[in-house]
Amino acid sequence: MKLNRFAQSGNWILDRFPLAQLWNDHMAHYYAPKNFNIWYFFGSLALLVMVNQFATGILLTMNYKPDAKLAFDSVEYIMRDVNWGWLIRYMHSTGASAFFIVVYLHMFRGIMYGSFKQPRELIWIFGMLIFVCLMAEAFMGYLLPWGQMSYWGAQVIISLFSAIPVIGDDLSLWVRGDYVVSDATLNRFFAFHVIAVPLVLVMLVFMHIVALHEVGSNNPDGIDIKKLKDVNGIPLDGIPFHPYYTVKDLFGVGVFLIFFTTVIFYMPEMGGYFLEHANFIPADPMKTPEHIAPVWYFTPFYAILRAIPDKFAGVIGMGGAIVVLFLLPWLDRNPVRSIRYRGGLYKKALLLFIISFVCLGYLGTQPATPTATLFARIFTAVYFGFFLLMPLYTRWEKTKPVPNRVTHHHSLLEDIEEQLPIIIEEMTELKPDRPEIGDDAFRGSFYSRRAKPGGVRHVATRLANSIKKSLD
Amino acid sequence: MNIEGVDKSKRQFLTTALTVVGAVGTGYLAVPFLAQMQPSVKAMAAGAPVTVDISKMETGQLLRVEWRGKPVWVLNRTQAVLDTLKSLDNELSDPRSEKSSQPESSKNPYRSIKPEILVAVGLCTHLGCSPTFRPELAPHDLGERWKGGFFCPCHGSWFDLAGRVYSGVPAPTNLEIPPYRYITDSQIIIGEPAGDKSA
Repeated sequence: MKLNRFAQSGNWILDRFPLAQLWNDHMAHYYAPKNFNIWYFFGSLALLVMVNQFATGILLTMNYKPDAKLAFDSVEYIMRDVNWGWLIRYMHSTGASAFFIVVYLHMFRGIMYGSFKQPRELIWIFGMLIFVCLMAEAFMGYLLPWGQMSYWGAQVIISLFSAIPVIGDDLSLWVRGDYVVSDATLNRFFAFHVIAVPLVLVMLVFMHIVALHEVGSNNPDGIDIKKLKDVNGIPLDGIPFHPYYTVKDLFGVGVFLIFFTTVIFYMPEMGGYFLEHANFIPADPMKTPEHIAPVWYFTPFYAILRAIPDKFAGVIGMGGAIVVLFLLPWLDRNPVRSIRYRGGLYKKALLLFIISFVCLGYLGTQPATPTATLFARIFTAVYFGFFLLMPLYTRWEKTKPVPNRVTHHHSLLEDIEEQLPIIIEEMTELKPDRPEIGDDAFRGSFYSRRAKPGGVRHVATRLANSIKKSLD
Repeated sequence: MNIEGVDKSKRQFLTTALTVVGAVGTGYLAVPFLAQMQPSVKAMAAGAPVTVDISKMETGQLLRVEWRGKPVWVLNRTQAVLDTLKSLDNELSDPRSEKSSQPESSKNPYRSIKPEILVAVGLCTHLGCSPTFRPELAPHDLGERWKGGFFCPCHGSWFDLAGRVYSGVPAPTNLEIPPYRYITDSQIIIGEPAGDKSA
């Protein structure tokens, strides 16, 4: 009887709201390719971090004061006197960096497996808009603690607008609301950070997912699973998102939380990369810190800005580095999606791009010495070369045949489990002074073995060869 | 539904007219919405002139004062510095301050009213960091070419001790010289022009 009443109230809702249909369309009967690998965790993790930012952000606003006179002290108040305030703030500040880590990996996945290609161009565009929103959100949030780095970082970034000819000066004045970064700037950045940008972000995430579920997910083989269906119209290589991927993502969440909480509890400043040391000094409009650098996630773009010895061209270069990402679906002329079946030319170009992106990121954290500037210029050229030469080299590359069905690859863990004992056996030998002990446990122990130079050389050559082969 | 006798052109006209009226209305509403982000009356009023006493300044000393929320430097330069300034023209991008911003009274090689006293806004014309005062000659980190000046730690722009920018650095123009005048020989007022027309 009780159950009936429960079912009745359930029906009352179902008659008025398409709950079951939504659940089926997006979870129980949404068929995702069965060959997702580790790279497919980062989309759902980004969603998790976003929820974390919303929850902790709302709690922070309850004690934060968006006022140039009070802001710095209110953050210290949260850290010292508010119950669990330190935890909430560290969750928020670490969450900001975590957001960029998962989003960069998520974007790299898209580039690697061609997830931006026809018919998923719009998903990529929405994703890029999310990325731009995220950068705006992170930048404006960083002003709020009103420390030295907050102040001078904002001063530099807002001054970027003044490089635009004709309207530049008026535009940066309008953004600041004052002739210098001041209380007016802090107050409006608070409004944008807490209301305007998050609202846009949520809408974009919604459209990102709607667009994804319209065309279906890509996969590491980059093949269209909807081409081959069984008698019920279900893709042969598809499995329902729930329960298969909800459970898989839960595992990913567990692993992510191990890293996330380790940072929060043991290294919330991450050696000055997540929270910069200069930001523990209140903002002083009279004095720029000796060395200013943006937070790590902006440094690749910042290095590009510094590499170009002209104000306006530098700003164009910095903006262009993001704009070219938007154009990716039209720059890549090769119809093959996945890196697995693409030619060596593209693989090498992608490797160079990753190296230049990481190195630019490192250079952006360092002072602008002449040597650093020279390297930044080289890597900037590589960065833009990867994108702007793409229409040429993606046409020349020799691709491999793409299979009809998704393939099964050994997972990394399985490979390690299988190969590691063999490699250790080859690279090391038993120390001669050790008496032979019949027991395998003793033979295999670390202390009774020593390196065998010939074997190490063999393994190194094999490794180099296999890396070279994987780039062809 | 009966669609016979519907005057489609009239309907089209009404739709177009309504769209235009709506767009104009939105445009009008956008003005206050966007303009409210401009500096407020209070922000524009805050900008009172600042008086600086330079009687106790020693040669080579730099004073930092706040004017309109910006750092303003007052530097007492030695004769040796003034001599060096004359020899730098070839290394500068705007040695005669033709593209730069300063009152007419300071548009000279020293960029000041009195040669020894420099008054300049201490914000880099690149992206607004406050450069560091580095009066020493050829320090280890800046190299042999450094003749004393202001170094911007953010993006590595070089300025000489007259606030003139070196060529080949990101900053496009010389440091801004604010309007200022001498009340007496030992007192400067920053924010009031020196009686010339341009400022």
